[in-house]
Amino acid sequence: MFYREAGDFKVSYVDDSQTFPIKFDRYRYYVVLAVAFGIIPFIINDYWANALLLPFLIYAIAAIGLNILVGYCGQVSLGTGGFMAVGAYACYKLMTAFPDVSMFIHVILAGGITALVGVLFGLPSLRIKGFYLAVATLAAQFFLVWLFNRVPWFYNYSASGQINAPEREVFGIIITGPNAPAWATYLFCLIFLTVCAVIARNLTRGTTGRKWMAIRDMDIAAEIIGVNPLRAKLTAFAVSSFFVGVSGALFFAVYLGAVEVGEVFGIQKSFLVLFMIIIGGLGSIFGSFAGAAFLVLLPVVLKVVGADMLGWPTDIVAHLNLVIVGGLIIMFLILEPHGLAQLWRVAKEKLRLWPFPH
Amino acid sequence: MPDQLVFAMEVILNGLMAGVLYALVALGFVLIYKASGIFNYAQGVMALFAAMTLVGIMKGQVPFAHLINATFGTHIHYFGWNVPALLAIILTMAVMVLLAWAVQRFVMRHLVGQEPIILFMATIGLAYLLEGVADLMWGSEIKTLDVGLPQGINLWIDESTFNIFGYGFFIDNLDIVATVIAALLVAALVAFSQYTKQGRAMRAVADDHQAALSVGISLNFIWVMVWSVAGFVALVAGIMWGTKSGVQFSLSLIALKALPVLMLGGFTSIPGAIVGGLIIGVGEKLFEFAIGPMVGGATENWFAYVLALIFLVFRPQGLFGEKIIERV
Repeated sequence: MFYREAGDFKVSYVDDSQTFPIKFDRYRYYVVLAVAFGIIPFIINDYWANALLLPFLIYAIAAIGLNILVGYCGQVSLGTGGFMAVGAYACYKLMTAFPDVSMFIHVILAGGITALVGVLFGLPSLRIKGFYLAVATLAAQFFLVWLFNRVPWFYNYSASGQINAPEREVFGIIITGPNAPAWATYLFCLIFLTVCAVIARNLTRGTTGRKWMAIRDMDIAAEIIGVNPLRAKLTAFAVSSFFVGVSGALFFAVYLGAVEVGEVFGIQKSFLVLFMIIIGGLGSIFGSFAGAAFLVLLPVVLKVVGADMLGWPTDIVAHLNLVIVGGLIIMFLILEPHGLAQLWRVAKEKLRLWPFPH
Repeated sequence: MPDQLVFAMEVILNGLMAGVLYALVALGFVLIYKASGIFNYAQGVMALFAAMTLVGIMKGQVPFAHLINATFGTHIHYFGWNVPALLAIILTMAVMVLLAWAVQRFVMRHLVGQEPIILFMATIGLAYLLEGVADLMWGSEIKTLDVGLPQGINLWIDESTFNIFGYGFFIDNLDIVATVIAALLVAALVAFSQYTKQGRAMRAVADDHQAALSVGISLNFIWVMVWSVAGFVALVAGIMWGTKSGVQFSLSLIALKALPVLMLGGFTSIPGAIVGGLIIGVGEKLFEFAIGPMVGGATENWFAYVLALIFLVFRPQGLFGEKIIERV
């Protein structure tokens, strides 16, 4: 009743091929956009921005990127942390080298550089697959982190080996550094997330996305029907790394402000983003959002419930967090391999038939 | 003899010893992979879990003490007894068997027939779960493990090499013990899989699940057994690494080191795990020795992976692995 395709007639090709062809989806999308752009910036404060909203927005970009590679193209990558580090360091070098250029351009360029690196490390995917490839991407993870740790040029020869985001502006509003207002950083990340999500959504329902999915479902068969595996896999690596690089740049420049590469972009980060897309749903853009929201919320909720309400020591809460995340991953893989996105699909199916399910 | 050459020889020897330890972890992977086609990422965390349990039992720690104290406001930490090492090892082994059963019963049984990559991700989840449980059970502080293995420089080698080369090699006693134990372990495993009924059943399952089922082999039992054996290997590796560098979180990262070992040696080959381990051990130590100082050191973190990566491009199945044949 609430959710239906019936009666939603299209009279032009443009209507028929729009991003959200079903009315309900489209209105929901507009409402979410309106709330995100029109309401939240006015009520946001520092705590909400730093504890929940910024990490959610940034991880969502990374999750979309990884989902393109793992969920749509079937190439498992454990190098997300390393690629985020590439984005962060590229952004840092650009920010310090060209202080007058807008941050938008820096972040996009950082994404582009990460895409190049991603393609480079994606090359072995033409020869190896499955978890052999997963291990090969570990090489990227460890090598890149080591590189940023050891080569002083990347951190501008600073004594601590850290990188610190200098204060930069977009249209006269401070975006990075400690003095940036919460609403500005929020909007900046939100714009990137929105654009990335729209691009990803449209890529995945077009020719490119179908090629990726063909490769994922059976690469040899896809090759026989004329999908070029070289192009399909490398475009997936490029697009995915671009998104991951953008999220890494934002993570460093807007969210954290100062980064020690081994701690922030270590192997744990790779797993975290991988878990987001497993819990959210492999091969679903909505799933990337849901997974990112879930895994950003979980530690915060646990901390509020465990440490603040029950008064448990924080280390126990942190360990419980590990147990719950691990348990959830296994549960989702067993019970609902398509993740939260599938639950949403089931809910829509129910809404479609409600109140007369027979 | 030139000094550099002598140093290089010492580095190679130490690399061989380190390689043995890598091979020890890699063995656990190979066992599970061969018998059930599961790539068990949790192997390293199993080693950590085993080592922590061993320390906990030896010191008479109360399991979940922190959690109990936090919930009920009590202050219990120790039972107040110390368990001798041998008994503690046996008890730990019992815990590992229990763990193997639980993993099989609650996780792997529900995932039979899934794609390998899904199983792989499930074991990543398992690794997180196990790490959290281990920390909750025994606390996350760094512990020392001492089961009476000899440690420190081997004086005999030091002296004899000093007499030959005019420079004494530094070889840790523990590494020598580890090498001996690893050799024994491999021999025992090979004997087990060749000459016992259960071992043969295990190989049959590895060969063909359905054929094994049809001749009356219980898959459930075999899988519990395989996970137990992997738990045993994890325990041995945990003891070695724990004695060497303390029982702490980084122990679980040696699992990651075992991955390139496996890629070099091939996922399905026990000799491959050994040879791969030795190549990686020697390779990374030599690389660090020769090239490391030029590029800022700590190349050990990534050398193994990059070596495996380059190797994979030319020979995807590893040195001793079975050739991968794909059909539509």
